Amino acid sequence: AAGMFLRLLSDVQWRAAHPKWRRMTSSQRSTSTTAEPHPVSLPAQAQVVICGGGIMGTSVAYHLSKMGWKDIVLLEQGRLAAGTTRFCAGIVSTARPVSIELKMAHYSNKLYQQLEQETGVQTGYMKTGSISLAQTQDRLISLKRIASSLNVMGIPCEIISPKKVVQLHPLINIHDLVGAMYVPEDALVSSANVSLALATAASRNGVQIHERTSVSHVTVQKGRVTGVETDRGRIQCEYFVNCAGQWAYELGHSGEEPVHIPLHACEHFYLLTHPLQEPLSSSLPTVVDPDGRIYIRNWQGGILSGGFEKNPKPLFTEGRNQLEIQNLQEDWDHFGPLLSALLRRMPGLEALQIMQLVNCPESFTPDMRCIMGESPTARGYFVLAGMNSAGISYAGGAGKYLAEWMVNGYPSENVWPLDLKRFGTLQSSRTFLRHRVMEVMPLMCDLKVPRWDFQTGRQLRTSPLYDRLDAQGARWMEKHGFERVKYFVPPGKDLLDLDHSKTFYKPDWFDIVGSEVKCCKEAVCVIDMSSFTKFEISSTGDQALESLQYLFSNDLDVPVGHVVHTGMLNEKGGYENDCSIARLSKRSFFMISPTDQQVHCWAWLKNRLPDDSNLIMEDVTWKYTALNLIGPRAVDVLSELSYAPMTAEHFPSLFCKEMSVGYANGIRVMSITHTGEPGFVLYIPIEYALHVYNEVMNMGQKYGIRNAGYYALRSLRIEKFFAFWGQDLDAFTTPMECGREFQVKLEKGMQFLGQEALLEQKQNGVYKRFTMFILEDHDTDMDLWPWWGEPIFRNGRYVGKTTSSAYSYTLERHVCLGFVHHFDEKTGEELVVTTDFINQGEYEIDIAGQRFQAKAKLYPFSSLFTQRRRKDEMELSGYQRE
Amino acid sequence: FYLTPPQVNSILKANEYSFKVPEFDGKNVSSVLGFDSNQLPANAPIEDRRSAATCLQTRGMLLGVFDGHAGCACAQAVSERLFYYIAVSLLPHETLLEIENAVESGRALLPILQWHKHPNDYFSKEASKLYFNSLRTYWQELIDLNSGETTDVREALINAFKRLDNDISLEAQVGDPNSFLNYLVLRVAFSGATACVAHVDGIDLHIANTGDSRAMLGVQEEDGSWSALNLSYDHNAQNEHEVERVKMEHPKSEEKSLVKQDRLLGLLMPFRAFGDVKFKWSIELQKRVIESGPDQLNENEYTKFIPPNYHTPPYLTAEPEVIHHKLRPQDKFLVLATDGLWETMHRQDVARIVGEYLTGVHHQQPIAVGGYKVTLGQMHGLLTERRARISSVFEDQNAATHLIRHAVGNNEFGTVDHERLSKMLSLPEELARMYRDDITIIVVQFNSHVIGAY
Repeated sequence: AAGMFLRLLSDVQWRAAHPKWRRMTSSQRSTSTTAEPHPVSLPAQAQVVICGGGIMGTSVAYHLSKMGWKDIVLLEQGRLAAGTTRFCAGIVSTARPVSIELKMAHYSNKLYQQLEQETGVQTGYMKTGSISLAQTQDRLISLKRIASSLNVMGIPCEIISPKKVVQLHPLINIHDLVGAMYVPEDALVSSANVSLALATAASRNGVQIHERTSVSHVTVQKGRVTGVETDRGRIQCEYFVNCAGQWAYELGHSGEEPVHIPLHACEHFYLLTHPLQEPLSSSLPTVVDPDGRIYIRNWQGGILSGGFEKNPKPLFTEGRNQLEIQNLQEDWDHFGPLLSALLRRMPGLEALQIMQLVNCPESFTPDMRCIMGESPTARGYFVLAGMNSAGISYAGGAGKYLAEWMVNGYPSENVWPLDLKRFGTLQSSRTFLRHRVMEVMPLMCDLKVPRWDFQTGRQLRTSPLYDRLDAQGARWMEKHGFERVKYFVPPGKDLLDLDHSKTFYKPDWFDIVGSEVKCCKEAVCVIDMSSFTKFEISSTGDQALESLQYLFSNDLDVPVGHVVHTGMLNEKGGYENDCSIARLSKRSFFMISPTDQQVHCWAWLKNRLPDDSNLIMEDVTWKYTALNLIGPRAVDVLSELSYAPMTAEHFPSLFCKEMSVGYANGIRVMSITHTGEPGFVLYIPIEYALHVYNEVMNMGQKYGIRNAGYYALRSLRIEKFFAFWGQDLDAFTTPMECGREFQVKLEKGMQFLGQEALLEQKQNGVYKRFTMFILEDHDTDMDLWPWWGEPIFRNGRYVGKTTSSAYSYTLERHVCLGFVHHFDEKTGEELVVTTDFINQGEYEIDIAGQRFQAKAKLYPFSSLFTQRRRKDEMELSGYQRE
Repeated sequence: FYLTPPQVNSILKANEYSFKVPEFDGKNVSSVLGFDSNQLPANAPIEDRRSAATCLQTRGMLLGVFDGHAGCACAQAVSERLFYYIAVSLLPHETLLEIENAVESGRALLPILQWHKHPNDYFSKEASKLYFNSLRTYWQELIDLNSGETTDVREALINAFKRLDNDISLEAQVGDPNSFLNYLVLRVAFSGATACVAHVDGIDLHIANTGDSRAMLGVQEEDGSWSALNLSYDHNAQNEHEVERVKMEHPKSEEKSLVKQDRLLGLLMPFRAFGDVKFKWSIELQKRVIESGPDQLNENEYTKFIPPNYHTPPYLTAEPEVIHHKLRPQDKFLVLATDGLWETMHRQDVARIVGEYLTGVHHQQPIAVGGYKVTLGQMHGLLTERRARISSVFEDQNAATHLIRHAVGNNEFGTVDHERLSKMLSLPEELARMYRDDITIIVVQFNSHVIGAY
C-alpha cells in the first residue's frame, strides 16, 4: 500500500530535478523497499546538518539556502517526503486561533502558490477555499473570533449563513448548522510534492541531500554542537536541525546530553474514495466540521476525509523505527464514529466506493502548539517538529522563522508561544506525553473557550500547601507543570461541572473572584505564588553585579535590601524576561521571574554570563514557597507575627529583609505584591511553609484574612495597567513602548544590553504603544467577554490587538490591555505613535465581530486607588500569564 | 406476565459486585486484575453466601462461595469467619504476637483483611464479640504452638477450615447467656454450609473445597479457543473416591446405609460440610443440647430428627480438599460457583462464555476492505451492526451477571432467550426453588502479563 501511495500522492517529474541530485538517487522511485548503494559519500563537514527530509526539513533547507547559507547537508533516513509528509491530507488552512500560527499559515499559502513556477515541480496547488461549519452558537462565536483576526490581517474571510454553504458546496447537509466561516483563499496541495519542490529548489541552491542516511546521535562539546554521527560516518557541523518529526523525541534523547523535545505520536486515520459517478470538481472547497470532528476535501474526483476522534490511539511510546509506519493497520471500528459524522454531513455519499482507510501517525505536543527554536542546553542545536497535524499549513512559515533565527540570531516575529524553551525536562516523561497527547488530539476539534485548562498530566509540581488549599475549595490551573489556584469555591457553593462551565460569556466564578478582590482591597488575602522561577546569583567579588548590570536595563547597584523591577532585554531592547531582583548582599542577588521563564531565562543568562567559577547561578525555585499577602491589613498581620514594625517608615516599598515569622526564621520578606496593592511576598524555605501559612491564617483571622487565587490577582493587575511578560510583553516589546522608561537607567555609567536600541527609540519615538482600554457600552451579564487577541479599531481603522483583559471589580467595567500602532492610511507604513495620537482617537474593540466602544488610557486610574496607596508605590511589574 | 428487558436487568444486576485491583500509573503488579461476582436467589431468603478479601498482613487474596442448607445461618457464619481463620493461620509468629499484645493492651489492632463486599453482604453485629473471642483463642493457641516453621498455605487452609467447624460446634455446646446469641449459635451449628475458597498469591493458586461447589480455571488455548480445567472435586455421591472415603471411616456393617439415594445417610447431598452437627455429634449430645436449648429449637422437627442408622458419628467433616495450581499465562480466569450454576451449565460452556465475554471485542476480526467493492453506506451499516453486537455483549458489565444470564436464559441453541429468561425470573417465590437453585458466582480475572513475568 505504501508504494501505491507514493505514486498517488507524489506525482513528480523526476527527470526535471537537479542533475546532481538525480545522481544520488536512482530511478527506482516507486518501490520503496529496494536497497540501493549510496553513490555519493557524505562530506566530512558542513555548516548545517538537517535531519529529516519531510516537509519541515526541506522547508528549513529551502529558506536557509535562500538566505545565503550554502554549506548545508540534509539527511533523510528513508526517502524524501516519505514519513508523515507523504500521508498528509494536504490542506493548507489559515484559520488558526494563535496569531503566530496564523501568520505562518498565511506565509505558507503564499509560498506554495508560487512554488511550482519557481521550481518547475508540480505541487498540485489548488486554491479551493475552505468552509468551517458551526453546529452550535458557541462554535459560531469561536469562528467569528478567528474571522476577526483574519480580516485585520487582510486575509479574506466571511461568516456565512447555512444557505450560502449549500451554494458553495452542494453536498453538504445544512439542517443542523447555525452558520459557517468561509476562507476563500485556503488551498490544497500535494504535501509530498511541495516537500520535493522545496528540496529541488534547495538542491539548486547548493544544499546536499542524502537519502537513506540515519543520524544516530549528535555530538556536543562545551555546550555547542560539534557534529553528527550517521550510519554512513561522521559529519562535523556548527548547526544541527532536528526535523525528525515523530522521531524527534528519540533523536533528542540519543545523544550524551539529551535535548528534550516533548512530542508524541498518535494514529490518525483518513478515508480515500473512488471518484463519484460525476467526479467532484477539484475546486470544491474543503469542509471542516469541528463539531462532527471531521474534515472533507475533494480528492481525484472522490473525497478524502479524516478527523480527530475522542479516543485517540497513541503509539510509539517506547520508541520504534521508521519501518513500522508502513505496517500500521486500518481500524474501521475505530473510524466508525467519524464515518457516521461524514455521512451525516454528506448523506449523498452513501454509494461512494471506498478506496482505502489510511493510517498516518501524526505527532502532538503538550500544549497543541508546534516546537521550534534552539536547545537550552546545546547551542547550535535547533528543532522544528511537533506540528499537531497541521504540518503542511505551518511548514513554509515555520521554516522561514527558523532559518531567520539561525542566520540572524532571532526570527522576525515573536515565536515565544512556539519556542522549545517553553518546555523543560518536566514535560518530557513518556508517561506524561502519552497521557497528554490523548487529551490534545481530541482538543483539535473541541471548542476552546477562555481559560480552559488541560486535565491530564496534572499535579506534577505542587506547593507544600497544596492539600491544605485543596481542602479549602481551591480550583486549580497548571503553569509549566505547577498547580496554581484559580479561586476558592466557598463551602456549600457548587459550581457548574467542567463541561457546562465552558462559556464565552460571564463565567460562573464571577462573584467568587469578586469577593476575593474585595477582600484584597479592604482586608488581606493570601495567594500561593510558589510557581515563580527563582534564581540566586552570587560571586566572590563584583562579578555578579557587573554581569547583571550589563544584562539588565535597570540599575542594580542599589543599597543592600532593595528590590528592583527590571527588564532583561535583547539587543533590540525587547523583553526577554521581566523580573524583580533583590540585592541580598553586596555580592548576591535574588531574582524572581515568571513561572515559564525557568528554562528560557536560565539558558539566556547561562549563555551570557562570563565563564567564571567564582560566579555562581543557582535555580532555587523548588527551595521556596512564596506567599503573597495582599491588602491594607497585610502589614498588621505580619507585624503581629514577627514582633517587628512593618509600616512604611520601617519597611518601605520595594524592600527586602530576612526576618522571623512565627517560629520560623530566615523568611525573606519583600514589600511587593505584583498587583499594585499594598502588601508583601514571603519567600519561605519549604520546610517552614505549612507553619508560616498556619500562623498567617490564624493571626489573620481577626483582620478578615482569606485565601485568594490567580484570577483575583489578574483582575487587580490589569485594572492597574500592569503588563505581564509572556502575555503582554515579549521579545519584540521595549520598555519605551509600554511606558516603563522609569525602569530603565540609560545613564547608569556602563553599557547594558539593548541600550542602543532604547536610546534610538527615545530619540525617534516608538512605533507601538501599550494602552489600556475601558469598555464603555459592554454589558457584563449579556455580552461576550473579551479574552485576548481582539482587534482594536481607532476611528474605524485597525490599529492593533489586545494582549490581555479582565473585569475590573473596582471600575465595574472590562479592561483590555493592548498595543496601538499607527499605520499610514495610504501606504500602510508604520508611523511613530505619539501620546496625542493615542489620546485623540475614538476606539472600539472587536469581540467576535461585535464592536464595543472603549476609552483609551496611557496611565492607570490613580484617583480610584488612592485610598491606601503610598506615592512611591508605583511598582509596575508582575508575572502572570493566563 | 412478562418482564421487560430493563426489569430483567434490574433483577440480574441487583447483587452484582466488581472489584478491580488498584493500579499505580496504569500498571497492576498483582497477578489478579480483579473479580466480578453476583448471586441470584431461588430460596427466600437466599442460602448462598460469598466473600472476598485481600490479606493485609500476608500477601494474597481470598475468595469464596458458600452454599447453605437447612437455613442460611451456617453459610452466613462461615462467610464472615472463615477468612479470618485462614488469615490467622497464615500469619507469622511475630505478627500474631503483635496482634495479641495490641488486644491485651487495648491498642488498635492491625487490620488483617480488607473486605470487598456488596452492600447486601452483611456481617452480624451481635455475634462479633463471640466470634472474636473464639478467633483470639485460636491465635493464642497458635502462638503457644509456635512451630517456628514457615506457614504452608495448604496446611493453613486445612487447619482454618477444621478449626472454624470445631468452634462452631463448641459454641453451640457451650451456649450463650444472651438468648438471641444462644439461639444463633445453635442455628449455625444445626444448619450446614459447603465452602469453596481460593487463595491467590502471585502464581500460586490454592483451592480449598468442602462440599459440592466448584472451582474451574478458564484456559485459553493457542488457537484462541477456551477450555476448562477443574480445580476441585465435588464431595458427593458422584465422586467415587469420596464414597470410598466415607465407607473407610465407618464399620463394614454400615456400608449399605451410609449412602442411600445418592445422599449421606439418605439425607445429605454434600459429603463434607460445615455445621450439620446432626451428622457429627453423638445422639446423647444432640438430645442434651436440644433439650436445654430454646423452645424454637425444641419445636423444630428437623433439628429433633435423628438420622436413621446413626451409629458411629461423626459422619461428616469440614476438612477441605486442597489443590495447588501454578498459574500460567494461558490461565485467564477462575470461576468459583455454587452447584446452582453447575447443575444448569457444563463447565466447557462456562469457560467459553466467560472467555468470550472477557476478551469481548478483541476477538472480533478486524475489517479490511482489501480488494472488495464496498461503499461508504455499506461500511457504515456494517460498523453499526458490529457496534450493536459488541454492546449486547457488554450489556453486562459483570462477567458473573453475564454467566447467570446464560445459565438461566439459555435456549437449546446456547443463546440467551429473553422470553425464557423473563419466565424464569418471574416465577413466584415458592416455585422458584423447583426450577433452579440459588446461584452464586465469582469470576476472578488474572493478569497474564504479570503471570508471564514470573
